[in-house]
Amino acid sequence: MKTIEEIHKIREEKRKELDLRKNTKADTREKHILVCHGTGCTSSKSPQILENFKRIIKEKNIENVKVIKTGCFGLCAKGPIVIIRPEDTFYANCTPEDCEEIIQSHIIEGKVVERLLAKDIDGSKVQKLDDLSFYKKQKRIALKNCGMINPEEIDEYIAFDGYKALEEVLTKWTPEDVIKTISDSGLRGRGGAGFPTGKKWELTRASEGNQKYVVCNADEGDPGAFMDRSILEGDPHSVLEAMTIAGYTIGANRGFIYVRAEYPIAVQRLKIAIKQAEDYGILGKNIFNTGFDFDIEIRLGAGAFVCGEETALLESIEGKRGQPRLKPPYPAQAGLWGKPTLINNVETYANIAQIILNGSEWYSAIGTENSKGTKVFALGGNVNNIGLVEVPMGTTLREIVYDIGGGIPNGRDFKAAQTGGPSGGCIPKEHLDTPIEYESLKSIGSMMGSGGLIVMDDTKCMVSLAKFYLEFTVSESCGKCTPCRIGTKRMLEILEKLCDGKGTKEDISKLEKLAINIQKSSICGLGQSAPNPVISTLKYFRDEFEEHAVDKVCRALECKAMAKIKIDQEKCKGCGLCQKNCPVSAIEGEGRDKRVINQEKCIKCGTCLTTCPFKAIGN
Amino acid sequence: MQNAEENTMCEEMKEKITTFMNELFNKYKQEKDNLIPILEEVQEKFGYIPKEAQKQISEFLTIPMAEIYGVITFYSRFTLEPKGKYAISVCLGTACFVKGSRKIMDRLTERLKIQPGQTTEDGMFSIDETRCVGACGLAPVFAVNGEVHGKATVKMLDTVLDEILKEEKGVTNENN
Repeated sequence: MKTIEEIHKIREEKRKELDLRKNTKADTREKHILVCHGTGCTSSKSPQILENFKRIIKEKNIENVKVIKTGCFGLCAKGPIVIIRPEDTFYANCTPEDCEEIIQSHIIEGKVVERLLAKDIDGSKVQKLDDLSFYKKQKRIALKNCGMINPEEIDEYIAFDGYKALEEVLTKWTPEDVIKTISDSGLRGRGGAGFPTGKKWELTRASEGNQKYVVCNADEGDPGAFMDRSILEGDPHSVLEAMTIAGYTIGANRGFIYVRAEYPIAVQRLKIAIKQAEDYGILGKNIFNTGFDFDIEIRLGAGAFVCGEETALLESIEGKRGQPRLKPPYPAQAGLWGKPTLINNVETYANIAQIILNGSEWYSAIGTENSKGTKVFALGGNVNNIGLVEVPMGTTLREIVYDIGGGIPNGRDFKAAQTGGPSGGCIPKEHLDTPIEYESLKSIGSMMGSGGLIVMDDTKCMVSLAKFYLEFTVSESCGKCTPCRIGTKRMLEILEKLCDGKGTKEDISKLEKLAINIQKSSICGLGQSAPNPVISTLKYFRDEFEEHAVDKVCRALECKAMAKIKIDQEKCKGCGLCQKNCPVSAIEGEGRDKRVINQEKCIKCGTCLTTCPFKAIGN
Repeated sequence: MQNAEENTMCEEMKEKITTFMNELFNKYKQEKDNLIPILEEVQEKFGYIPKEAQKQISEFLTIPMAEIYGVITFYSRFTLEPKGKYAISVCLGTACFVKGSRKIMDRLTERLKIQPGQTTEDGMFSIDETRCVGACGLAPVFAVNGEVHGKATVKMLDTVLDEILKEEKGVTNENN
């Protein structure tokens, strides 16, 4: 249990100690070695790197050097990442074996290890994190602390103004003040639909009831999206702080975080964070001596995409199958156990404390007319800099893909980007200059979604992409309403037919008709948006659908039934690389012979296509 | 599967389940919303949810067996079948899909002759589809008992499988 004064003291002292994290000119002899412990880096051995650093420092008896575990730095493609502060040196793709050299050269001799510096888009080696073009156009608000603090140390969060907003609100603000500030900031829900957050809080506050709840939706189900996970892993206290502020505002004293069980690291860090906040008296009874009580519990999602839908999530917390409820009533009126419930997404919460501290005007000055602030995207697929980016609303897709993402690898061309996951759509080349905001994305047939942004190059088949998303929806449909349960299955069957080379032109119009009917008649957001990937690919890549149906050709060679992979005898130089890499030994020829594919053995996996240095293999 | 499991379940296993369930029942209140957290713990402990455990949960929370079955089959993390000694999961999230994870899955089902969600008869391998393990920077990925293999290729999968088979065969030979 800490008093307000004690917390102020922790903030002041810790802030001094951590000055070198933010200030490259900090006057100190100390150094902090930050090792990324996001999921990506953790699966490529960053915990071992951390251990090695600690061991070597102990063995060599080095003073004034601390090794710190942090959340995600964002540039996952270059992981595991090690950053040394205050000088801000950025080491990429480190291995546990590199630790010895980093300590010897960088720490002891003061010489940067050139070999481990990250290469920028233009191929030049970059010393500092801030100099990488990946970070230049970003603005970090929700991710402000990710990669900066140790997420398992509450003191580090407090040092960078953590729990200051909560203290302000509890001691000086009325709930109406909070609602006004959030409303004026223009913040909209980051989970996908973009409902004004202030309005939601106001509605839930206005609902009558002796018991209300605050829920955090951390059931990030969009495959290929990891924004919320990174926030929970890198800065869990920011979510706890915002939920407590929300509880005070709407009049609730219990909160639930519904988080995917597939995120073990996030769950673990949340547990630690809750425990620490309770120990400090920031959660629990009589917070900051103001008489306000608030508790937070974790509930694990058990792997159902539909539970990201707010009413399905509530059903799941109640211990049932996660099937959506009919709306109205909305959760603001009748939510968890029939009581008024406020549900926001992780990223939405991560913005709250910053808005309270810096004011609504500061926040609303960022972004566009109707979409304020920043948005975090999980940039993935065929792009050089795979990772987590946070940009002001209104940034164009081109800036994200090329300036931040570093463009498309292997000299390929951009074909489309997909936002909004299974509920969203594709954005083709001609719309690369569309500013990213709620309305503009909708007008071109996609949606903001929760923030998954997958880039595809010209080797991708759009029909098979549509099929991929429909497979997802079919397996995730909860089965409650017929249009979604049966309709999406029928759509998938048509898409399978097309990919197998058995489709007809009529199938395409049937597909369109079904899509519109499902959109109109499904109960929940999952069903209503399930046809979006098909509708948008049909809109921009109709010619590919027709090629599949009429000419029985898949130009991307992805649809195996139609593909017949051949080696162009003119271009083949007989290097044998394809043969070496073929998993089923289907390529014949010896020495410098021109190679030939044995069609009977070929499983059309496409490995040879990508390995041929002379682009001699194709349709 | 359920029946077969029930018949072959030995007393020792039943006892193990009962002991564990009693621990859980001391920890959780008899409230219906505790069903999913309890199932999570059982799945974690045994690698699947044995029928015996379902029966005991049903009595404890006064929820009909049918409803519990409904919840188990609704959520993909819960399984009614034990996983293999080597549980292989292939990520079919979008980032991995775009980078060719389907080919990895096709090869895996072809070699092991089972489908995702199934376990081989000898209990050696099981295959799962996962949606995004969060290592998108390493796409495509597959994992063997949680150990992630990144930037995977069909060839890499073959090597990993061959190594496991070689090791297992070696072990059986020794035992014989």
